[in-house]
Formats: sequence, structure tokens, C-alpha cells
Amino acid sequence: MSGGVFTLVAGRDLRLAGRRRFEALLPVVFFIVAASLFPLGVGPEPQVLRQIAPGVVWVCALLAAMLSLNTLFASDFQDGSLEQMLLSRHSAVFIVAGKALAHWILTGLPLILAAPVLGVLFDMHANSILTLVAGLMLGTPVLSLLGGIGAALTLGLRSGGVLILLIVLPLCIPVLIFGAGAVGMVDMGLSASGHLSLLGALLLLSLVAAPPAAAAALRISMS
Amino acid sequence: MNVSCRRGQEWLFRDFSFSVKPGELVWLRGQNGSGKTSLLRIVAGLSRPEAGTLTLAGGRPGAYIGHANALKDDLTVTESLVFLARLHDLESSAQGIRDALRTLAIHHRRHAIVRTLSQGQRRRVALARLALEREPSLWVLDEPFDALDVHGIEAVNRLLVAHLARGGSVLLTSHLALGLPGNLVTELELPVEGAS
Repeated sequence: MSGGVFTLVAGRDLRLAGRRRFEALLPVVFFIVAASLFPLGVGPEPQVLRQIAPGVVWVCALLAAMLSLNTLFASDFQDGSLEQMLLSRHSAVFIVAGKALAHWILTGLPLILAAPVLGVLFDMHANSILTLVAGLMLGTPVLSLLGGIGAALTLGLRSGGVLILLIVLPLCIPVLIFGAGAVGMVDMGLSASGHLSLLGALLLLSLVAAPPAAAAALRISMS
Repeated sequence: MNVSCRRGQEWLFRDFSFSVKPGELVWLRGQNGSGKTSLLRIVAGLSRPEAGTLTLAGGRPGAYIGHANALKDDLTVTESLVFLARLHDLESSAQGIRDALRTLAIHHRRHAIVRTLSQGQRRRVALARLALEREPSLWVLDEPFDALDVHGIEAVNRLLVAHLARGGSVLLTSHLALGLPGNLVTELELPVEGAS
């Protein structure tokens, strides 16, 4: 029953994004534009670009994911949809999880698809690009899940957009370290499995803990 | 129910007691800022009272419709109502949705994008959800007649009467006089805290 509301909410958010395609494309456009600026600023030296690529791509992915977080619950809060969701007989945990899934599909997935292009731009090796993509696949869902907590906590607050960044960015530092570190390990000829395993562990932890935390934060914000 | 509510340091109401029986419509009245919406949100379960207890048969109201219509500008009327119906486990078949919209005389706009509707038409779509309700539960309605024309008000009144007839109950606020038979309506005045 509650699984139904998970797909119901995710499906509705994806449909809404489909009706506003320009807004939905903004995070990935930001990701590509921001990352593309680094070769222009740092210079075209392939060795330097290859060295900074993992960090640059991960930081840009992190910022791009943050870009749309303040709208995660805000529009539903303003038009009364969120009230109706919380009053339904379904657990708010599944509602939050559905919204996080939609956010990841709209933000994280396009970043993963665009990352190989940026990898080529930064002259990364094929193995490094594969590791970068694997890391993003494990890490970007964590960003959406943790972002849900920040978005719920700052719901209805003035300057909520800035507060989300202050709350969520510190929580995302481990993802950034292990994600960029995994590519660094491959570049050094070592195995990235340790870093990717830690990213996987962070994903599992976020899957279990973030939706209940965000649901509780939503209830507090609504009352 | 006996509840108290505070906004900041100021009490909106203290030890306010009332009950809503099956088949009864309670019209909650009070001055602006007296806490009508706050009380309805407490009854709906969206807020907690500062003190006191609230006992609801079935644990929660069957329907709550607040000031906001809970409609998304970019969805069609039908998509919006189907979403609300599925969210609340109500009938969501195409025929059921069409009939509900027909009850509020808004079915001719069922394929329209919500953004293109007037305020009154949006309110009708939001209230059409009530036509999908079958249980004799408690409806909590905050200014349901806002933005409605005479025909819209009559349609909502018919829904309310049918709901009361099946043993349901209603708690609502309205700044408009209710066009319902007097024997169906119990008026309840929310006092202004601190007034003599």
C-alpha cells in the first residue's frame, strides 16, 4: 500500500518535471557549464586537467544536485499538496523516498550520463571515467537523500536556499572524498573497490536513515 | 475534545471544548485571528495542541480541505484529482473521477491545465474530492465556499447534506452564511482569548 504511494509521488514529480523541461534541465546544464570553465581557467595542460578532473567533476555534481533542492518540498508546501500527503494513510517515509527518487532521476541520473563527456574533456583515462561513473551512481542518490533532510528542515524559512547548503554540504563531504578518491586510486594504478564500498555503505545508511529523518523534519516544519 | 493553542506567547484559545457527533455539521465561527484555522489544523492532525486532548472516531478525519487547493498548476484537472484520490485511497477510475467533477459542474474542464482555471474553478476541483468519499467520516473544511459562485455553493451544500445523511460529520469554517437547513447546523463560536 505504502509502496504504491512511493511510485505515485515519484511518478507525479516526474510528470511535473516533464511539463517544465527547461527547469528540469538546469542542474545538468549547470554541471556541464561549471565543469567546462575549469580547463579555460586552469589551462589546457592535459596532465593538470587529468589530475584535477575527479575533484572538479564531483564538486560540480554536488553543487548541481544542491541547485534544485530548495524546490523539493517548497511548491507542494505552498499549494497545499504536502498537507494532503502527510494526512494520507500512507507513511510519510515513503512519500519522502518517492520525492528523493524523482529528484535523483531528474538531477543525479543526468549528471551520471554527462560525466563521461566531461571525463573526455578533461583527458581522463577510460578506467578513470568508468570509476567516476560508478562513484556517481553510488554517490548521487546519497546527495538526493541527504538533501531531502535539509529541504524538509528549512521548509517555509526565509533564506531556506542558503540554509540548505549550510546543512547539507557538510554532510556530503564523505561522499565527495570517497567519490573523488576512488578515481584517484585508479589513476595511481590501485584498486578503487575500498572507496566504492564505502560509498555503497553511505548509500545504504542514507537509504535507511534519511527518509525517516526527513519525514520527521517535515512534520515539525508543517506544525 | 478539549484543546488549547498558542501562537508565540499569545494564547489563541484555552480549554476549548466541543464535540462533533455523527450526522452533525458544526459551523465554527469567530473573529479574524481567533484561531479557527489553527483549530481545524489540530483536528486534522497537522498541528498539535499546546495542551488538551483530542479524540477522533477512526483516529483521523476522512477529509481535510484547507485554504490551499492542493492542485498543481502544470497538471490537468483530471490528473490532479486522480492524484488526490489515489493518495487517499479513494475511487480513481475514469468514470468515478468524471462523476465527481460533474457533481461540482466542472467536468467540462477536465482536460484543462489547472493553471488556466479561475480561483472558483480551482476550488470546485479541490472540493470534487469530497464526491469521491464514501465513508461516514469527519470532514474538516476551512472556508470551503471561498471563491465559489451560487451554483458552486449549492453543489457543495448537496454534498454536505448527503454526507450527513449517511452518518458523516462536518466541521467547517465559513464567513458566508450557510444555506443549509437550520436543524443540520450547530453553530460554535470560538471566543477571543482575553476578551471580556
